[in-house]
Amino acid sequence: MNRGLRIVAWVAVGLLGAAALGVVALRRGEPINALWLVAAATCCYALGYRFYSAFIAARILAVDPLRATPAERLENGRDFLVTNKWVVFGHHFAAIAGPGPLVGPVLAAQFGYLPGTLWVIAGAVFAGCVQDFVILLFSVRRDGKSLTEMAKEETGPLGGLVAYGAVIAILIILLAVIALVVVNALKDSPWGTFTIAMTIPIALLMGIYLRRIRPGRVLEVSILGFVLVLLAIWGGQWVAQNPQLAPVFTFRGQTLAILILIYAFAASAMPVWLLLAPRDYLSTFVKLGTIGLLGIGIVVLHPTLHMPAFTRFVDGTGPVFAGKIFPFAFITIACGAISGFHSLISSGTTPKLIARETETRMVGYGAMMAESAVAVMAIIAACVLQPGVYFAINSPAGIVGSTPAAATAAISSWGFPVTADDMQALASAVGERTLFNRTGGAPAFAVGMAHIFSQSLGGTTVMALWYHFAVMFEALFILTILDAGTRVARFMIQDALGHIYKPLGRTSWYPSVLATSAVIVAGWGFFLWQGVKDPLGGINSLWPLFGIANQLLATVALCVATTIIVKMHRAKYALVTLVPLAWLVAVTFTASWHKLFDASPRIGFLAQARALANAPGTAATSRLIFNNRLDAAVTAGLVVMVLLVLVESARQWIAVLRGEQKVVMRETPFVRTRMAEDRI
Amino acid sequence: MKSWASAARILLEALREIFDEAPYRRFLQRRGLASSPEAYQQFWREREAAHARRPRCC
Repeated sequence: MNRGLRIVAWVAVGLLGAAALGVVALRRGEPINALWLVAAATCCYALGYRFYSAFIAARILAVDPLRATPAERLENGRDFLVTNKWVVFGHHFAAIAGPGPLVGPVLAAQFGYLPGTLWVIAGAVFAGCVQDFVILLFSVRRDGKSLTEMAKEETGPLGGLVAYGAVIAILIILLAVIALVVVNALKDSPWGTFTIAMTIPIALLMGIYLRRIRPGRVLEVSILGFVLVLLAIWGGQWVAQNPQLAPVFTFRGQTLAILILIYAFAASAMPVWLLLAPRDYLSTFVKLGTIGLLGIGIVVLHPTLHMPAFTRFVDGTGPVFAGKIFPFAFITIACGAISGFHSLISSGTTPKLIARETETRMVGYGAMMAESAVAVMAIIAACVLQPGVYFAINSPAGIVGSTPAAATAAISSWGFPVTADDMQALASAVGERTLFNRTGGAPAFAVGMAHIFSQSLGGTTVMALWYHFAVMFEALFILTILDAGTRVARFMIQDALGHIYKPLGRTSWYPSVLATSAVIVAGWGFFLWQGVKDPLGGINSLWPLFGIANQLLATVALCVATTIIVKMHRAKYALVTLVPLAWLVAVTFTASWHKLFDASPRIGFLAQARALANAPGTAATSRLIFNNRLDAAVTAGLVVMVLLVLVESARQWIAVLRGEQKVVMRETPFVRTRMAEDRI
Repeated sequence: MKSWASAARILLEALREIFDEAPYRRFLQRRGLASSPEAYQQFWREREAAHARRPRCC
């Protein structure tokens, strides 16, 4: 295409994006079509990728196609390996895409469709994609070093220590909160519980098939596993209707929490090939397929959004979680806009596979854009529901009451009409006894997804199958993260303990394996238990805590990135990471302040502890008081740690800018690529 | 037609990498082994720690 045509095409993309954003942002009082959100997001991503990421690559990072990457220099056929850029893109996307971009946007839809949509698009283009891209490139230039190693080298030993502490804390809180999402999706649901229970023998069967029958034929066994999972979904319907079997698979929240804890402990200690790896394959297979299917479904069926642009809950009185739009919308949606966790992956496996520096732009910036698009799909899935239905599913009994009559009366009084009959009809359509008080985001997403698909693929007669497919899809990859996350945290603790007593660091020494697995499972199990016993549904306390922890890790990553950019260019260009850093500091520190000191017991941990202390006491009350004080201590601890990194980093920036400190770059020295002739 | 075939080939390659088929193939080449239950066991022994340490995002 010649230059003139290219300019015309990009101007057209800009105009279409502006028009779509205008419709999304300014339309009031009538439902809008989901395609407007898709158009706005697609145009913004295209412009962000074409112009902003190109500017960062050329001017700030000076990506060099002639510089050999660690994949080339250190190639060993295992960790370091020159790999096709599309293959790395798929690998990286599969690692960063989890339940976060689905659950967070569904929860934040309580503010209306607009705040979440704008944050997901702008947050990704200006913050999340930038973070993933620059951390990936900096890691590539440092032989694939991890974020904690780069933090230690660039911001000092304190930076490394804080990054390590933040990663452990985030893992524990993350595992607790996603386990709670599964518990809330499966409680009193024999169909869902049966389907998920069946994925365990299916994964074991896949592991044995791979090991004994057809070694290494993973795609083949994943397809077989997927067919078996579909059969389990179909069979779940029969189980739910069977008077003898249904009670066997019907559990309360507490029982499910105990079962999940036992499962995670066992899975963490089992050989990887037997359960973790096959489940990981199955989950990735279902995840990539379902995300693709949902994207096609939204574009082809272009459903109408019934949620208004803004709801009355921007004032902080929302039933799903308490707190005003600023800062709580921005910590509720982390993955999808910016997620600190991604910096661990950008400085983990991915930098060791990159063939040339120029590919970091497509992999780092591009994969995060794809993740952001998944978040837009989640917003659409939540907002196609009638608002009354959305709030009936997502509001805890502690807010709207535990009977259908009380809940529908409370929700209708907010201006979102819904009746008990509507909810009963919907529950019957999706094969559940009830959909009231199903907090956590997953059931609402599943209903939304089933609603979209049932418009054409099978109609309402198969809505129950679509609903349980969506629940299975979410629960399957949440359970995979529980296995994998517990194991990753276990390895991190074993690495640290190995410095004190060598055998404790050996991952094959069973006393150490069992002890460290128990410590990690007990850590997140404590918060999970707190969540299932919480009369406000648990999500109200735990999701913001997770959001704060995740965004604080992003703060650490952006501190490291800014420090390196200041060393490269002094103040020039530092704004590219400094502006998102300043935004995240404002968001997370304000959110932390509210969670600690807000006078409302629904928001402030300490206010809730005080309110409970002043109420008539029981044994349960004293435990709730302790839990709230512990949540407050965890929040304060995270903030103090990140504040220390921030101060340490700022001290370095000032010293470099004043010329008081010699600039030491920790990059691996330039080596010309052997493949240069092929590439130019 | 050629570009569709090329896209399909890259997609399949990506899936093989994500699903550990390509690393297993490289392992067999590196060690000069034929695929067998024993070879797959050796592959996992080498890969176990790296696979288990790989973080997956929320």
